[in-house]
Amino acid sequence: MGQTISEKILSTHAGHDVKAGELAIVNIDGVMASDTTAPLTLKAFKEMGGTTPWNSDNTIFVIDHASPAPNEHIANLHKFIREFANKTNSILYDEGSGICHQIMVEEQHVKPGQLVIGADSHTVTYGALGAFSTGVGSTDLAAIMITGKTWIKVPESIKIILNGKPNPGITAKDIILDIVGKLGSNGATYKTLEYVGSTLEFLSLGDRMTIANMSVEMGGKAGIFETTGLELPYKFESVIGDADAEYLETITIDVSVIRPKIAKPHSLENICDIDEVLGIKIDIAFIGTCTNGRLEDLQLAASILKGEKLAPGVRMLITPASRNVLNKAMADGTMNILSEAGATLIPPGCGPCVGTHLGVPGNEEVILSTANRNFPGRMGNPNSQIYLASPAVVAASALTGVITDPISIGKNE
Amino acid sequence: MVGKVHLYNIDNIDTDRIIPGKYTKTLDVSTFADHCLEDLDSDFKTKVQQGDILVGGWNFGCGSSREQAPIALKVSGISVVIARSFSRIFYRNAINIGLPILEIPEHDISDRIRLEIELESGKVADGDIIYSATPLPQVMIDILNEGGLVAYLKKFGKYKI
Repeated sequence: MGQTISEKILSTHAGHDVKAGELAIVNIDGVMASDTTAPLTLKAFKEMGGTTPWNSDNTIFVIDHASPAPNEHIANLHKFIREFANKTNSILYDEGSGICHQIMVEEQHVKPGQLVIGADSHTVTYGALGAFSTGVGSTDLAAIMITGKTWIKVPESIKIILNGKPNPGITAKDIILDIVGKLGSNGATYKTLEYVGSTLEFLSLGDRMTIANMSVEMGGKAGIFETTGLELPYKFESVIGDADAEYLETITIDVSVIRPKIAKPHSLENICDIDEVLGIKIDIAFIGTCTNGRLEDLQLAASILKGEKLAPGVRMLITPASRNVLNKAMADGTMNILSEAGATLIPPGCGPCVGTHLGVPGNEEVILSTANRNFPGRMGNPNSQIYLASPAVVAASALTGVITDPISIGKNE
Repeated sequence: MVGKVHLYNIDNIDTDRIIPGKYTKTLDVSTFADHCLEDLDSDFKTKVQQGDILVGGWNFGCGSSREQAPIALKVSGISVVIARSFSRIFYRNAINIGLPILEIPEHDISDRIRLEIELESGKVADGDIIYSATPLPQVMIDILNEGGLVAYLKKFGKYKI
């Protein structure tokens, strides 16, 4: 019997063959914590008797969730992380560097076939590279910093076969919202989603990150793409599941029929075609986050907003996923276009997505966002309404002031 | 152990509702009790007492990896969380901080009743009705028996499965 991608990667890291359902102790290639989770991680690490991480070169801290610090309490937590990283020669990406998941991929802290654990649920994003990556809490991460290992139940896998070419105006975000809509918030709990199929030839690394990122919104332990068609600036061995591997379930999706998708408040259970919500008035348009803050997302928004102005009464927030993204978007004029259209530019980081600062909505305000979660209170106010969509839909809607299909206004680049 | 039930028979109660992100950025974890579940039930903090039991629906604790979520329930006084199922990160986090959780997929537990719980066997008594929780893997039982992962690793120095 062959192995799934998950079984292959976990077998390599366990040092012996493992099968779905078995418990294994696995060696970890790298760990990451953000400013939300690192302070508790470091507290637990010290309580466990830790002094220096098992592998400082692969211990990464990113100050992104409340960055730059909005108050003195958080500033002191940042200082605590900074001091630990400096003292132990761990790797620190300080405020302004960007969102942890974007940085982990950009800076090559994770590569195909590796096993990387982060104290953030969207660590599943690195499945875009054919890596097994998953989120844990702070104390679990501290234990890896001590031992270099963790225990894991080898997950069963669901194979998602993506076939066909997406229509103009349809993005990776619409594809993943379609998948979440089909499987539900609980549809992949404890399981890995393994993405394959002919659509992969149309999916860039960024597209794959968008899809892998939201695997956790179905409860997935991981969401891994086979590396077919993946282009990286370095050589790597391909990561592919065996043809005779045992999958719990196989789901085939015809990408060519997918319409723009929207997740309505306040749950990923409420996903519909855009047609059902066209014309709903919005107050805030938000483009950014680990799901959709990459250069191609900002460029897509700029292609729609070029030479235009935001609809009266609409505010727009733009958060590049990293400094690298910001620099490129400044160099090619993307940021100018967005600013001239009337958008508010926020420094690279998690920004308004996590509700700490930089764009908390008011009561009854409607937000159309490229983020991955629309839970009540997610953006800091439980009395606001969060709709999730692709960058194309968010930009088109910022222009009209209501939820709008980009195709309908001739903005389908 | 015996405790009073706070029933939230709702599916997909996410960690943002257990403790909103805006309150998580502190090492003073006692402050979480002031905001635990506030967007779900603003009266929770005045109703809950030490030793009480929280009962949720399917996929309890989905969303972010924040360990602040089980910590918030623990510092609020919750002694055990029962749910039809748990999200995997919450499941690990709860055990790691020494908060017992019991997965009971099918049950008719009502609000504000008293349950008798035997943690070792995972048996929950609602009067004459006895529910059996899904057994935990041995490594999680060992972590829970030590009171959490910090104490477990201090004692054993490494994982045993």
